[in-house]
Amino acid sequence: MEVKKRKKDISGVLSLTIVRLMFFFLVFILILLLGKIFIEGIGVISPEFLLDEPRDNMTGGGIGPAIFGTIAVTLLMVFFTVPLGVFSAIYLNEYAKDTFFTRVIRTSINNLAGVPSIVFGLFGLGFFILFIGKGLDDVLQTGLLFGQPALLWASATLAVLVLPIVIVSTLEALNSVPKSHRDASYGLGATKWQTIRNVVLPQARPGILTGTILAVSRGAGETAPILFLGAAFFLPNLPVADLCIGGYCIPMINPTEQFMYLAYHIFIMATQSANPTKTLPLQYGSTLVLIVLTFLLNITAIIFRYRFRKILGRL
Amino acid sequence: MKEIKIVVKNLNLYYGDKQALKDISLEIPDKRVTAFIGPSGCGKSTFLRVLNRMNDLIDHVKIEGEVYVDGVNIYDKSLDVVNLRKNVGMVFQKSNLFPKSVYENIVYGPKINGIRDKKILDEILERTLNQAAIWDEVKDRLNENALSLSGGQQQRLCIARALAVEPEIILMDEPASALDPISTAKIEELIHNLKQEYTIVIVTHNMQQAARVSDQTAFFYLGELIEFDRTTTIFTNPSKKQTEDYVTGRFG
Repeated sequence: MEVKKRKKDISGVLSLTIVRLMFFFLVFILILLLGKIFIEGIGVISPEFLLDEPRDNMTGGGIGPAIFGTIAVTLLMVFFTVPLGVFSAIYLNEYAKDTFFTRVIRTSINNLAGVPSIVFGLFGLGFFILFIGKGLDDVLQTGLLFGQPALLWASATLAVLVLPIVIVSTLEALNSVPKSHRDASYGLGATKWQTIRNVVLPQARPGILTGTILAVSRGAGETAPILFLGAAFFLPNLPVADLCIGGYCIPMINPTEQFMYLAYHIFIMATQSANPTKTLPLQYGSTLVLIVLTFLLNITAIIFRYRFRKILGRL
Repeated sequence: MKEIKIVVKNLNLYYGDKQALKDISLEIPDKRVTAFIGPSGCGKSTFLRVLNRMNDLIDHVKIEGEVYVDGVNIYDKSLDVVNLRKNVGMVFQKSNLFPKSVYENIVYGPKINGIRDKKILDEILERTLNQAAIWDEVKDRLNENALSLSGGQQQRLCIARALAVEPEIILMDEPASALDPISTAKIEELIHNLKQEYTIVIVTHNMQQAARVSDQTAFFYLGELIEFDRTTTIFTNPSKKQTEDYVTGRFG
C-alpha cells in the first residue's frame, strides 16, 4: 500500500478559526461593556450613594429608593410567580393528559416567553389596574386605592412576564425525575400526590430554583412593562407603611404605593437630565449597582441550589 | 396442593391496537414461588404488572378479563388501587431506590401509610432488613445515601423496602438480571426464605434461575401462555413442543 500524505483539511481549519474569532469577539464586547461600567461607575459608589435619595433634580444624591423599589418589586414578583408557575407545571407534567388542548397550552407558554415586554406592560395596565384594580375599588368602596399604578400591579405584571421561564424550567426538572422512582413509589402503595410530594418535587427542586434565578434576573432588569405600572420619576419616600397589630407596628412594603426602580431610573437620567455632565457618573454608578444587584440575587439562588444538590447527594 | 392466591381468567391486554396478552388464564398458589419465563417481548413482564395494576400508569392500555386476589376482582371499578399495591408489592428489574438514606427508603412505605411513631418505624426497619438478609451489612450505614451501596445490596434493599408495607404477594421483575453471580445467589436464597410467608411471582430471563427458585413455571410466547406446570415438569418433561424448544435452548 502506498502511504498517502494527509490532505490539509482547509474547511475544518477555516470553520474553527471563524468560531474562535466569534467567541473572542463576544468575550471582548462583554469585557468592554462591563469594564467601562465598572471603571466609570465605581467612583461614585459610596454608602451615601446607595442609601440616599436623589437630590438637585437628579444631579446629586443617591439611588436608595430605586434600590429599595427594585428589591421590593422583585421579591413580590417571586412571591406571585413561583407558586403559580410551579403548580401549573406540576399540573401540566403530572396530571394533564397529552391531548391537542394541552399541546396548544404548552406551545403557548413557550411563545409567551417571546412576547415583547412592552406588551406585558400594556396588558398589566389594562388587566390589573383598569380591570381588577378598578373593580376592587368599586366593590370595596375604597375610592381610588387599587385602580392606579402601584407596586402591587408592577410585581403582578412582572410575575406574568417571567411565568413562562418558571413553568418551562419546572417542567424540565419534573421530566428529568426518573420514571423508575415514580414506579417504586406507586408500587409501595403511594397515591399520586404522595409520589409527587415525596419523590418528584425533592428531586426537581434544583431545577425549579434555576428557573427562579432566571426569572429574578429577567424581572429586575425589565423597564418597559413597569413604565405604566407605578414606576415613579422621583419619589424620595420609600413605599413603606406601618402595619399595626394591637399596638405593635412593623414597617412593611406598601404595595399600593408607587416606587422608584433602578432600570427606570437609569432610563430617566439618560433621557430627561437637566445637566448631563453631572448625571453621567451617577448613571454609570446606578448601572453598576443594577448589575451587581442582579448578580447578587443570582448568587444567592445558586448557593441555595448548590446546597440542595449537596443534601440530595449526601443523603 | 396449596391454597390458590391469585386467579386470572381470560385476560387480554392491548397497547393501543396491538394485543400484548392473549386470553391468559392461570392460578397462582399461596406461599409458593411462581416463575414466568419466555423470550423478550413475550409479555411476561406486562402480565406481572397486571397483577398489581401498574399498567394503569401507562396511557392507552386496555385490559379485558378478570383477576382475583383472595377472591376479590382487582379490576372491579370500585377497588382501591392504592390499597391493592400495598398488598401486592413489587421489586423491579433495576434497583430504583430513592436518592435518600437507607433509613428513609425503608420507612417511605410505612410513612405514607400514616405510621409516624419512631419506635414502630425502627422496628419495621430492623425486621425488614433482617428478612432481606442485609441488616448486618447496612446497620452502621442507615443514614448514608442508599445509592452508595453495591448493586446487589441495593436490590436486596429494594426487597426490604417492598416488605416494609407488609404485602402478602411480592412481584419480582427480573430482580437479579443486572447482578453478579454472588449477588444473584443471595437474592435466590432470599426468595427461598421469603416463600414461607409470602406468595412470590418472579419474571426471569434466566432459566436455571427459574429451575432453582420456583415451584411452578409458566412459559409465555408471543403474548400467549403456552404451558403452566410444576417447574420440574416444565424443565424435564414439558408437554408442548415450543416449551421444550425454549427450555433446551433451541430458540429464545
